[in-house]
Amino acid sequence: MANMSNPLLAVRGVETFYGRNQALFGIDIDIHQGEIVTMIGANGAGKSTLMMAICGVNRAVRGSVTFDGKAIHEMPTHEIIRLGISQSPEGRRIFPRMTVYENLQMGAVNSDPKYFAEDLARIYALFPILEKRHVQRAGTLSGGEQQMLAIGRALMARPKLLLLDEPSLGLAPLVAKQIFDTLRELNKTEGLTVFLVEQNAYHALRLASRGYVMVNGRITLSGTGAELLNHPEVGAAYLGGGSH
Amino acid sequence: MSLHDQTSPSLLPMIKRSVIATIIAFFLFLPTLGLKTTASGGVDGLFLTYRWLLLGIGCGFIFVIRMAYELFWAPKDGDQKPAKTQSALAKTLGSAKIAKSVGPLLLAFAIVFPFLPFSDRYILDLGILIITYVMLGWGLQIVVGLAGLLDLGYVAFYAVGAYSYALLSIHFGFGFWMCLPLAGLLAATWGIVLGFPVLRLRGDYLAIVTLAFGEIIRVILLNWRGFTGGSNGLSSIPRPSFFGLPFNQEPGGFAATFGLEYSSMQRIVFLYFLILALAVFTFFVTARLRRLPIGRAWEALREDEIACRSLGINTVNTKLSAFAIGAMFGGFAGSFFAAKQAFVSPESFNFMESATILAIVVLGGMSSQLGVVFSAIAMVGGVELLRQLQFLKVIFGNDFDPSQLRLLLFGLAMVLMMLWRPRGLVSTRMPTVFLKDKKTVSAAMISQGRG
Repeated sequence: MANMSNPLLAVRGVETFYGRNQALFGIDIDIHQGEIVTMIGANGAGKSTLMMAICGVNRAVRGSVTFDGKAIHEMPTHEIIRLGISQSPEGRRIFPRMTVYENLQMGAVNSDPKYFAEDLARIYALFPILEKRHVQRAGTLSGGEQQMLAIGRALMARPKLLLLDEPSLGLAPLVAKQIFDTLRELNKTEGLTVFLVEQNAYHALRLASRGYVMVNGRITLSGTGAELLNHPEVGAAYLGGGSH
Repeated sequence: MSLHDQTSPSLLPMIKRSVIATIIAFFLFLPTLGLKTTASGGVDGLFLTYRWLLLGIGCGFIFVIRMAYELFWAPKDGDQKPAKTQSALAKTLGSAKIAKSVGPLLLAFAIVFPFLPFSDRYILDLGILIITYVMLGWGLQIVVGLAGLLDLGYVAFYAVGAYSYALLSIHFGFGFWMCLPLAGLLAATWGIVLGFPVLRLRGDYLAIVTLAFGEIIRVILLNWRGFTGGSNGLSSIPRPSFFGLPFNQEPGGFAATFGLEYSSMQRIVFLYFLILALAVFTFFVTARLRRLPIGRAWEALREDEIACRSLGINTVNTKLSAFAIGAMFGGFAGSFFAAKQAFVSPESFNFMESATILAIVVLGGMSSQLGVVFSAIAMVGGVELLRQLQFLKVIFGNDFDPSQLRLLLFGLAMVLMMLWRPRGLVSTRMPTVFLKDKKTVSAAMISQGRG
């Protein structure tokens, strides 16, 4: 079981600004080894902003972010990533004119080359379609395939923590489900820690062991996935009264 | 359906379109061809002379071209579009295979080129010029084609390289081979100096700043008289020697040492091989860099900077290294230029040079090294060809200078490119890494991608 006393990622009182506008108000989050944690919230609630604050893209003005015992909120982005946080950014952001294989190689840019073949085989086993398309230009893939590529690329870095920003964005429900299933599988077999930011609350909460709800830059609710799924506020605001 | 049915009803609109084109051309040509100002010797100033004949010739020319286009080249309704794409795809795939052997063939030709019977001094000089531009094109391609940073001031690094060699050899008596790495280093340093302030800029804004940078360097060279000689430039720059043997008639010279008869061609041939060696060096280094992680990081940076950062790529270093390495090759080429000319002045480093080099890269297809070779031949050779068109004086009068049509050639090349090869002459991009078998990604598939 996860070590509850010492979280892998600890976000404490993080506040960020866009110019003068405050986007996050004192966010506290814990992510423990081996957990899938999800953060749900409406458009513009600040979910992606938090993701960026963790990665040091849009820095926390106040508060701290600790990863694996190290304070990371003042490090440059590329050093944070090298500590073992991998991110699949919002909107997938694959390299469209590079091949699938090259995209995956870019994911492994900071890792030891001796694991490359092994990792590649692992990604191809997870997403067989990527192997079939490995010489194809990534921009010609379908949305679902691109999302798989983005996740595969992030996994190539052998992350201790995988950050996923809206992996189901713009995907057919069936494809989204396939991606969530893969994440569950990865978590179960490899103990991968995942922090998932989603608008697709139903699937995200069913997948997650714990979840947070963010409204206007503040955490309003937190609990286990099942608790949040059954919570009346969550049901009314994010689940639309039924499963998707 | 017979041919007659297809063409005759559309002949009238064809003529109509041609007439419209001619009318537009008339208004465009009216000030450029139709009017000419001549300065009179007296106080009256300028006289306006009308050149109706020239205007008529120009408009007639446009009408004929447009009619020919309508009749022979314009897409007709009956054309099978998908089939055409198919064949284009097959053709590009085929040509990629040919491309593999074109490179070595070109190199072999370049090596035997000085010994071919028609290679006189003029032809060799042209060869040197073309290869210099090929080298510059490969250097700029790192910045523009791979890293996607539009640099309009590349000539600045060429100038830095040239003045480095000139100043170091004049003041310190350094030889060419000593100056070459120093010039490269200095240019690379300037690349980083330019790189730092523009780290956050992309696209148009970056282009404007680099354009300004190119001009700043030129203006400094022009005005820092004590150091650079101002507009007079620096002359009597020592020429490179053959491993210490100068190309002269002295007993210790190249010809005397090897028991050859002295000829000024020996020096030209030497310079030719020197720039060829530098260009080949540039080729191998850039080709290798593409396959290294840094090369792929440049490409990834061009594709998506945010994604790069989220993968842990240090985008600052990646951008600066692209600027520095691109600038370094510009410096090498500049150093050679100074050695060849034995004279440098700011005039050689104006914006036109930057534009030419950029045009070579764009025309060549942004990321194709072979494409740069072809487009350098087309651009530089084309300008030289214009100079040969002296017979046009018969038509346009004696004061007509065909080499002034240089810019027209640029425009024409770009328009034709947009029409026929919108992704550049060689638009296939070889993936830099392969898993099992090599496959190229054809132009047709590139165009589907974003960007």
